[in-house]
Amino acid sequence: MNVTSLPARRASNRAVERYLLTATGLVGFVVLWYASVKWLPIDAFNRLPDPLSVVVEWTSPDPDYGISIFTADYYTHIFYSTYRALAAFFLAVILGVPLGIMMGWKKSVRSYASSLLGLLRPVPPLAWVPIAILMFPGVELAVIFVTFLVAFFATTMNTLVGVKAIPEDYFRAASCFGASDRDVLWDIVIPGAMPSIFTGLQIAMGAAWFSLAAGEMIAAQYGLGFIIWEAYNLIQYPTIVIGMATLGLVGYVSSSIVRWFGKRLMVWHEQKLGMAG
Amino acid sequence: MSDPMSTTVNDTANPPVKRLRKSRWTISSWNWRGFVSIVIFFLAWQGAVSFGLPGFTKIPGPSEVVQTFVRDYLFSPHYWHSWLVSFERVFWGFALAQIIGIPFGLFLGTSRVFNNLVFPVFEMMRPIPPLAWVPLSILFWPTNESSIIFITFIGAFFIITINIYDGVRSIKQEHIWLARSLGASRSRIFLRIMLPAVLPAIAVGMTLGIAVTWNVVIAAEMIASDSGLGRLTWEGYVSSTPPVVIVGMISIGLAGFLSTIVVDMIERRMMPWKYKR
Amino acid sequence: MTKASTASDRTPSPTLADRPATGKVSVRNVTKVYDPEGAHVVALDGFSMEMEAGDFVAIVGPSGCGKSTLMNILAGFDTLSTGEVYLDDQLLAGPGTKPLPGSDRVVVFQQGALFPWMTVLQNVTYGLMKKGELTREEADAKGLEFLERSGNLAKIASSYPTQLSSGMQRRVEIIRALINDPKILLLDEPFRAMDTVNKNRMHQHLLRIYQATRKTIMFITHDLEEALFLADRVIVMTTRPGTMKLDIAVDLPRPRHHALMASDAYLAMKQQAVLAVREEAKRAFDRGEREMA
Repeated sequence: MNVTSLPARRASNRAVERYLLTATGLVGFVVLWYASVKWLPIDAFNRLPDPLSVVVEWTSPDPDYGISIFTADYYTHIFYSTYRALAAFFLAVILGVPLGIMMGWKKSVRSYASSLLGLLRPVPPLAWVPIAILMFPGVELAVIFVTFLVAFFATTMNTLVGVKAIPEDYFRAASCFGASDRDVLWDIVIPGAMPSIFTGLQIAMGAAWFSLAAGEMIAAQYGLGFIIWEAYNLIQYPTIVIGMATLGLVGYVSSSIVRWFGKRLMVWHEQKLGMAG
Repeated sequence: MSDPMSTTVNDTANPPVKRLRKSRWTISSWNWRGFVSIVIFFLAWQGAVSFGLPGFTKIPGPSEVVQTFVRDYLFSPHYWHSWLVSFERVFWGFALAQIIGIPFGLFLGTSRVFNNLVFPVFEMMRPIPPLAWVPLSILFWPTNESSIIFITFIGAFFIITINIYDGVRSIKQEHIWLARSLGASRSRIFLRIMLPAVLPAIAVGMTLGIAVTWNVVIAAEMIASDSGLGRLTWEGYVSSTPPVVIVGMISIGLAGFLSTIVVDMIERRMMPWKYKR
Repeated sequence: MTKASTASDRTPSPTLADRPATGKVSVRNVTKVYDPEGAHVVALDGFSMEMEAGDFVAIVGPSGCGKSTLMNILAGFDTLSTGEVYLDDQLLAGPGTKPLPGSDRVVVFQQGALFPWMTVLQNVTYGLMKKGELTREEADAKGLEFLERSGNLAKIASSYPTQLSSGMQRRVEIIRALINDPKILLLDEPFRAMDTVNKNRMHQHLLRIYQATRKTIMFITHDLEEALFLADRVIVMTTRPGTMKLDIAVDLPRPRHHALMASDAYLAMKQQAVLAVREEAKRAFDRGEREMA
């Protein structure tokens, strides 16, 4: 009895300890933030918004600077950012996954495409902002294009890596059983690359939000990135943090949805991970 | 439990035949297709500009870009100064992120208390896009230069830390037990087992970090600076001289490419076993 | 060319299935050169061998002796440079012919090649479905029947391969091959990564299958003992260029069991073979020494 209960008790102690530490960490973070802004006699800290004013502003039915969870504007900005991120993301998936698969599967496609991608890839996506504004009618499309670009590279490259990582023996086995080229595509290449594709999609989603924030700061009239920059210019500092936190939250939720979807789709992969520990 | 014999046999099992075949493929069948696609890319670009296709009416052709570059920029100290400024920012942001991120990740991975205390806060901040930090960073830091370096640091810091953290967690517990049973001290275990084991993770963090760093520097320069390659590009847009925009983009791409080569070289130095074939 | 296998003269034990009508393999003077422009690696050099239908032949040799090359050519994964390969007197590969894999020559791979994203049943019925003669239901029924017959495996039909032990994975992979009724079964060091206990079990399993079906089997391995225990003929190859050095007829009775490994007949056979291989190895070593000097 004692032998079995001892580790169990230790485990539950661990859980309590962990819970306490985590709570301490979070509370400590907020207190430290508040203290350094409010009480520390250093100018740099005093300029920053403190957590209390952020929370008050965020949850106020009648916010000082016009953005809180009770204002329609807040949701309009969230809507615009989400719409841009999703549009760019899905465009990237629709173009990037097939391209990556073809590049991984057919050597000739790879030779054609990889040098071109190699030429364009070193240019950071955000350096495309000015040219995108020049090329596209309206800033809206330009911002989406730049966001698309990052997501596209991430998706294509991860899909390519995924296809190339499929063991040669799977292709050979399929050919033993008389699989046609098309069968190989559907039975081997696509399912085999799926884990890597979903890693790519997760990265793409993160990258999309990353670029979108910057794109909106540089060149948009709506969106969470825009709020952050606008609030800075109008000296509405608590709103900056509201924008940042919302961006983080929305980005996190969208990545989680991609991850959840991937797990759902790949039961076989999930189980493998489970076996590995 | 597989016998040790089979693994050693496995290592030498790959007949040199296969390797030779591979190298032949990369030499003979890869070049011309890549070359063709790059030539087509430039021809299409020039063509689209010459025929004034929609989207290309404000875009200069490659020849005009080259002319502008040679005439106004190749010998301009201002232009080369932009290179220097951007490189400096990338260097500091990147170096600081390594110097702080590596120990931080190691600590997160090894100390349970520290992990429970700090990791939730870390995870909370991670999804916030680095560029959303721009306003707070400008508010906080006394000089423009330091705020840009800070944002760059933020961009690379999270990626580097999370990679190191994963690297530490993937260390085989057996290795540590073994070392402990042989009487190795804590510092020795750290130096001889932990550090070599996370080297690959450090390398991954470096590769990802350098790409993010350039991306962030460029955007930060566009948003909030009066110097650097990002600014050069943005000014080209503002002053409606589109060739400058493209000169800027190409310069940024080149600069990013050069830094990637440097990082690759450092990685080779760090892990000779991975590259010796 | 080959020393006639005495195993074929031996009266089959009562449980051993009759010699099948198809599955005769003839490899004639095959040479395989990789990279004709560059390094010029000769993987196989004038290799010939005959296999009667229903033979169980093991090919033994060190890494890089061309045994995998030989199998890739037979399986239709690779081309040959000169020579011909016939299956039941039909040309399978010659100079300039395209490599053509088919379900009449199924390979069981060294690392295992069950598709991890398909269930066991989907894996087993894959070949049937690709052939297109059966409906999904018929193929499933046949797959379940095969699984059930080889050790009550129907219960794992809806598992994914990654949930199974490596031994179980191999059994499923062999079933996946056999269900297509291949003329020849090509086994590429299938038990290499296994521990002794599992390996012994797999040997028994494979012998039972051979006993029941008497498929032509080509078994590639680097383990001489395993080869002697399983096969009727053991062909020893030397390394680079790959040529046949020895053709040992294994005159041991079937059905075989691991107790056989302690019998005088087996030990005598093993001693003879080990000596012969040692002799070969020594000669090759000396030759190498001389070349180095």
